Amino acid sequence: MKPFVSVEGLAKRFPTPEGPPLTVFEDVSFGVDKGEFVCIIGHSGCGKSTILNVMAGLDEASEGVIAMDGREVRGPSLERGVVFQNYSLLPWLSALQNVTFGVAARNRAWGKAQVRDHAMRYLEMVGLGGGAERRKPSQLSGGMRQRVSIARAFATQPSLLLLDEPFGALDALTRGSIQDELLKIWAETRQTVFMITHDVDEAILLADRILLMTNGPFARVAESVEISIPRPRRRAEIVDHPHYYRIRNHLVHFLARRSQELAGRREGAGQKPETVRFTDDEPPAPRARLNVVTH
Amino acid sequence: MGAALPMRLRAALLSVVILAASLGLWELSVTAAGGGGGAALTEYELLMGAAAPKAGLPPPSAVALKAWEELSDPFYFRGANDQGVGTQVSHSLFRVLTGYLLAAALAIPLGFVIGMSPLAYRALDPFIQVLRPISPLAWMPLALFVIKDSQTSAIFVIFICSIWPMLINTAFGVASVRRDWVNVARTHELGALRTAFTVILPAAAPTIVTGMRISIGIAWLVIVAAEMLVGGTGIGYYVWNEWNNLDLTSVIFSILVIGVVGMTLDAAFARLQRAVQYTE
Repeated sequence: MKPFVSVEGLAKRFPTPEGPPLTVFEDVSFGVDKGEFVCIIGHSGCGKSTILNVMAGLDEASEGVIAMDGREVRGPSLERGVVFQNYSLLPWLSALQNVTFGVAARNRAWGKAQVRDHAMRYLEMVGLGGGAERRKPSQLSGGMRQRVSIARAFATQPSLLLLDEPFGALDALTRGSIQDELLKIWAETRQTVFMITHDVDEAILLADRILLMTNGPFARVAESVEISIPRPRRRAEIVDHPHYYRIRNHLVHFLARRSQELAGRREGAGQKPETVRFTDDEPPAPRARLNVVTH
Repeated sequence: MGAALPMRLRAALLSVVILAASLGLWELSVTAAGGGGGAALTEYELLMGAAAPKAGLPPPSAVALKAWEELSDPFYFRGANDQGVGTQVSHSLFRVLTGYLLAAALAIPLGFVIGMSPLAYRALDPFIQVLRPISPLAWMPLALFVIKDSQTSAIFVIFICSIWPMLINTAFGVASVRRDWVNVARTHELGALRTAFTVILPAAAPTIVTGMRISIGIAWLVIVAAEMLVGGTGIGYYVWNEWNNLDLTSVIFSILVIGVVGMTLDAAFARLQRAVQYTE
């Protein structure tokens, strides 16, 4: 059976003035199941954002097909909500109006009050309310803006949510609290989420599965790492799970070494990414190492 | 805010001082020049009309008196050549607003098209570049010949001079709307018309209104000159008519009226500008 979202043989090539076209990535194939939270990690320039934009219908791939719910993705749709790194709020509207903008576009038949109540509910879910909803984006901090942006995306209730490095521009503290908000709103709505991140810990906290990309050019999705830590997850508790540091070390090792080693290699081309699963049978990570990392 | 208020008060005080000083100087210089007729006149000078009262510059007190007279009955009618200043200003405003609104009705939608489509931009750019630097008054003879009616010709001249700043600013504002905001519209499946009205228009509004403000300023400058040419009614005609009557008091008064009306028009657009302004 096909997954809810299927990405098959995706490639992006740019023509160069002389010589062959530049291939950013090729043979990118993976699936996302309904209700699944998938993160994708890779170094800058491997084309993660392009993949997300193609999934959103905002960009076009040179090769390959993306299908959602059995239908090919052609152009943007309300079924695919996007949260951009730079928030993309409309600065002349208040926080609440930015959310009602999305809600009203989605539910054309709704009355004003219904749109407003629905928008307020989602704003409150991300911890915005009590007057903050009347402020313009310019009067909100970066973290609050991203909360509004997340509320807008969730409030339109798309079948697939695409988050393009949503916390990239935020400081660590704000980041942490918005990750919690995101977990909360995701737990309540059980949306299908595809998210780009650079942060390994963030990915482990949020994702059911993490896709690892090799470096560009000729980047591809090499591995799909299943996060076997049970939900609900809490930032303070997941580090105590026996799999946490094994997963983390695997990811860091991939980003530091193997993403480079695998770059541009054509072996494994045309295949689905290799699935990596951690089980309790394997020996736990050495205790000493754990201590070093946690302190 | 605590320090800003005294500053504003001080500035207002200084303005009053400057006004009083310049009016005083004007009043003094005019009365001094007028009082220099003490010496006896030669026969030749008498023959040349030197005994007749010299038409000097009127003092500000006379202008103030004139203003009081005119403004207490602004809409009187004593024949085609003697009408109240209010009537004249209304004629000018009617022409300016008609020509201006027609220009806006064309320039803003066309600017949208040019801003959205690089093809339209490239195709129309040469025409804009040639037509824009033409003095609006240069169109007057052609307008009078083709349109025949002087009133409509004046409106046409206002139309042609108001169009360019609005067209260029709208095109620029629309073309520089951030890609992200357009993408927001796209991901929310807004149609072309809804995108134009709910995303591009508010995003470009500050630039568009700046163009509108420049245009209304130019239109008000041009109407005075246009009315001097076509005659009949209007504040420009009024200035020229009073000059022909050698009534300098009225000339100065009408110059002030032109300034005040222009300032009011500009202030209205400054307000509109603040209303559509946003910070990113």
